[in-house]
Amino acid sequence: MSDPLIDIRQLVKYYPVTGGVFRRHIADVKAVDGVDLKIERGECLGLVGESGCGKTTLGKTILRLHDATSGRVYFSQPAARIEEVEKMLASGRPEERRKAARQEVDVTAMNGRRLRELRRKMQIVFQDPSNSLNPRMLIKDIVAEPLVAQRMVKSREVESRVLELLGVVGMGAGHLKRYPHEFSGGQRQRIAIARALATSPEFVLMDEPTSALDVSVQAQILNLLKRLQRDFKLTYLFVTHHLLVVKYTSDRIAVMYLGKVVELAATPEMFRQPLHPYTKALLSAIPIPDPETGRERIILTGDVPNPVDPPRACRFHPRCRYAKDICREVEPRLEDAGQGHMVACHRWREI
Amino acid sequence: MEKLIETRDLYTDFNTFEGVVKALNGVSVVVNEGETYGLVGESGCGKSVNVRSMMRIVQAPGRIVSGKVVIFFRAEDRSRGIDIVERSEAYMTSLRGDSISMIFQEASTSLNPVLSIGYQIGESFHFHRLTQMLQETIADLDGELSRPTWILPRGWKRLQKSLLARELRVLTHYKDRIDRIDHELYGLEDKSDGAAADRRHLLNRRRDRLQKESTVAEIFKRVPLVRSYQRRVERTVRRHVVELLRSLGVPNPERIAASYPHELSGGMQQRIVIAIALACHPVLLIADEPTSNLDVTIQAQIIDLIKQLKKTAISSVLFITHDLGLVAEVCDRTSVMYAGDISETATVKELFRNPLHPYSQGLLRSVPKVEQTGELATIPGGVPNLIAPPSGCRFHPRCPHRMAVCSERKPNLLEHSAGHWVACHLYSEGTR
Amino acid sequence: MGNEIAPVREASPSRHPGWQELAFSLRRLFKNPLTIIGLTIILFFVFLAVAAPWIAPPPRPHDPYLMPHSGWDMTPSPPSVKNPLGTLPSQYDILYGVIWGTRNAFRIGLAIVLANLLVGLVLGAVAGYFGGLVDEIIMRVADIFYAIPLLVIAMALVIALGRGLQSVVLALIILQWPTYTRVIRSEILVLRNMDYILAARASGSSHLRILFRHVLPNSMFSAIIVASMNVGVTILIVAALSFLGLGSDTGYADWGAMVATCRNFIVGPPGNRLAYWYLVFIPGFTIALFVLGWNLLGDAVRDVFDPRMRRR
Repeated sequence: MSDPLIDIRQLVKYYPVTGGVFRRHIADVKAVDGVDLKIERGECLGLVGESGCGKTTLGKTILRLHDATSGRVYFSQPAARIEEVEKMLASGRPEERRKAARQEVDVTAMNGRRLRELRRKMQIVFQDPSNSLNPRMLIKDIVAEPLVAQRMVKSREVESRVLELLGVVGMGAGHLKRYPHEFSGGQRQRIAIARALATSPEFVLMDEPTSALDVSVQAQILNLLKRLQRDFKLTYLFVTHHLLVVKYTSDRIAVMYLGKVVELAATPEMFRQPLHPYTKALLSAIPIPDPETGRERIILTGDVPNPVDPPRACRFHPRCRYAKDICREVEPRLEDAGQGHMVACHRWREI
Repeated sequence: MEKLIETRDLYTDFNTFEGVVKALNGVSVVVNEGETYGLVGESGCGKSVNVRSMMRIVQAPGRIVSGKVVIFFRAEDRSRGIDIVERSEAYMTSLRGDSISMIFQEASTSLNPVLSIGYQIGESFHFHRLTQMLQETIADLDGELSRPTWILPRGWKRLQKSLLARELRVLTHYKDRIDRIDHELYGLEDKSDGAAADRRHLLNRRRDRLQKESTVAEIFKRVPLVRSYQRRVERTVRRHVVELLRSLGVPNPERIAASYPHELSGGMQQRIVIAIALACHPVLLIADEPTSNLDVTIQAQIIDLIKQLKKTAISSVLFITHDLGLVAEVCDRTSVMYAGDISETATVKELFRNPLHPYSQGLLRSVPKVEQTGELATIPGGVPNLIAPPSGCRFHPRCPHRMAVCSERKPNLLEHSAGHWVACHLYSEGTR
Repeated sequence: MGNEIAPVREASPSRHPGWQELAFSLRRLFKNPLTIIGLTIILFFVFLAVAAPWIAPPPRPHDPYLMPHSGWDMTPSPPSVKNPLGTLPSQYDILYGVIWGTRNAFRIGLAIVLANLLVGLVLGAVAGYFGGLVDEIIMRVADIFYAIPLLVIAMALVIALGRGLQSVVLALIILQWPTYTRVIRSEILVLRNMDYILAARASGSSHLRILFRHVLPNSMFSAIIVASMNVGVTILIVAALSFLGLGSDTGYADWGAMVATCRNFIVGPPGNRLAYWYLVFIPGFTIALFVLGWNLLGDAVRDVFDPRMRRR
């Protein structure tokens, strides 16, 4: 078992809800509510879920674009060191905690120079390419920005490096001195990808990279992303709501519901034998481009509940057709159902 | 199957600052009764523009340049139909919401945030079914008057009844006159001489005027004392609204009718939008990407709802989407559009089994499927600029099978096999 | 992976794309007749201001803003050959006042607006971008400034600072920054959540760099639009304050002050009420024309810079 590239322990991100004249803190939007996840080096991990499940927040918190409320994220640390730090923190003694903090391995606690250096290794590609590129900057400057901000290249080498990056994503020199609005959605997304690769990262968070694109362009971008992963030995966290896209791109899939991971499995396994009732409903709800399937659809009742006030115990129980008393009392933990297939459900054996 | 609505060679242009965008390049679509018709394509292909041209709600600077949109359901002669491109705006207003309804992508912007749900659904009833509502209210009042009541309320009810009855008479009178004008217009439709055109013009103007007059009373109804007798009509309308919500499977319909759009979730909002569209039992429901912004599970609910409604409340659905999976789920027949042209029209099964047009083939191969093996095939290049579109067949720069003739002449939409039409020079002799 | 097809518009290789964008916007701008009118008006005034020393030579070179007066007669004289636009009470030449008043107006107007813009940009950017307590404090202070009517507090401030044009300028600078701050702040509140800001943070850019490279270039244009329209308004307020006697002294070439000296002569003797029409009309019309020109120009500037109006 190799060292995971990213090790997430009990990550929690709450957004405070204020109300009243004095802006009192009355509740929390529990966007991410205790997630444990390991992302292996070189894999593409798909993260799926519907709106409000916290997948985007999870990704951005890993990248430290949001500050976590609690929990730890370890980036590219040897497993032994991680265990050491975890033990120190678990002991509960304040001096142990201070020792752990001095190790400076936790992304959620880093600051200043170390954080900035870390940012070279972790990058992000956003969903909407019309928003993710500064409309008043030239393409050259957009792609060069990470290099300049990180002071990684000398100023006379910037342009050649930018050309190199644009070439990798299939664009050319004639595109350098132009503005984003002169390009189509697919081209803009390529520029965004080029920017993400500028600092030679190890990990790239893909936040719904093709959801805003047309079908035929989507195929181009997905193929490009696969090729880049192979050529540059990247690790992806592929966040999306489109299950067929995640099936095409990812090695493993994690399903989130209301801030928690409810199932995690290798892609073929997940599609062949989904264990969690939510995953089953999700899979049956995807429209399949084949009129002859004639498969049975599980239509869930009710709406996606509000992350401010998630249901007690198993978060899915109000909409689950298999809910029993234990589901309303005790929160299910992620258990191993065999060969790394994890599921958080009390009744997975019977269903 | 009977035809419901048809477009013939529709050309729509948008006169923008940068030039004329030739959005629709001679589009011909036929929707039959009782079927779900899908319109598939990517962004910019013109599917929304097509549908908006059919309903004549294309926004400036766009306008329909030429072509016909023929409806068959209001015509006296079912085989000939009525061309609504030339009809007056007042005629279209009476058509929209009543016979043809449309629902859009973003439910939250389709609903007015400051009006209650009940009011918004009730608007359809108020506008299109006023005579029916009045009749029912009068019948209610009759029922109440036939039972013993106190003298003051009795007098008030009789006053209300007589006012409503008068309103009903006026409305019916207007309606008769408008119907007579419609009948005459229908007779004049095919005639193209100058006198007929003049008469048509005059009749359209008169019709518009009558329609406006019959609704002027609406403003009068806002006056405070006058409003009070209208409340009874509103009660009748509310009854219908609650009935409708219940039939759509909305839990707690009275409470929902009293609430406001922001209090509801996205899926529920879209259901309300559907309720508004269905209030007057339209013959055709046009759905422009109704589920694109919804979560997958909610999308499944809405699609399920639409399928159920097909069996009970609507006759046909025109479903616009870019998602081929949805097309496979929901539609019976479908057209694939590319850059303002229809490239292929077929039943869904036929299209997926045997796509003929290179664009349809490319599209189907670029969509990830469940048993996907190997890389997704892609279509090189991008969607063309419609201000200066490619000559001849608009797809030819990206087509792997392009021939010399493809850049010269636009291929016509020809029937390749039964019910399977394709616009491609590869098949233009009718054989492959 | 093949190369993408060429972008929508072919760029001419010689010019920088930034200039091309500007040229495009300007071309579109000049199709609007109102823009041309506004620009003509402003250019006319600019000409007057620049050419003042030659078309209206100052009698006292050390202080050209003091209007010349030929005599001490309190009754104003109507337009004549000697004084083409007439004179004010004490025989100050109106034409001279109008021409040098233009210079004065530009000086004051631009000074106030530019100072306000600077303060507004800084405070607005800080409030909008960093949020939190700083934002609260700045906005509440701005609210306090808004709570009191501008003219009233301007008068109070000018009196406190001592009468004179400098005080007027200072007072207006102090009092008008909230508008710009609010405009910038609201733009930035929207901009803050744009993905490209997040992308810059993910790239490791410092906050300062993000502010200067991403936030300000995208938000300052709305402030510039407000500023260009405000030049006219500012001049009006300065004129009003001068009319109330709080600005410059009698004899100074300031449009508002010019009307102020004519307070007793606005309505003429019974039988000839409009005898002294030129006293109010000429400076007043000049002010109105000046403000109109700036308003039209402000509209034009908005058309050029407002991203929503771009032809995308």
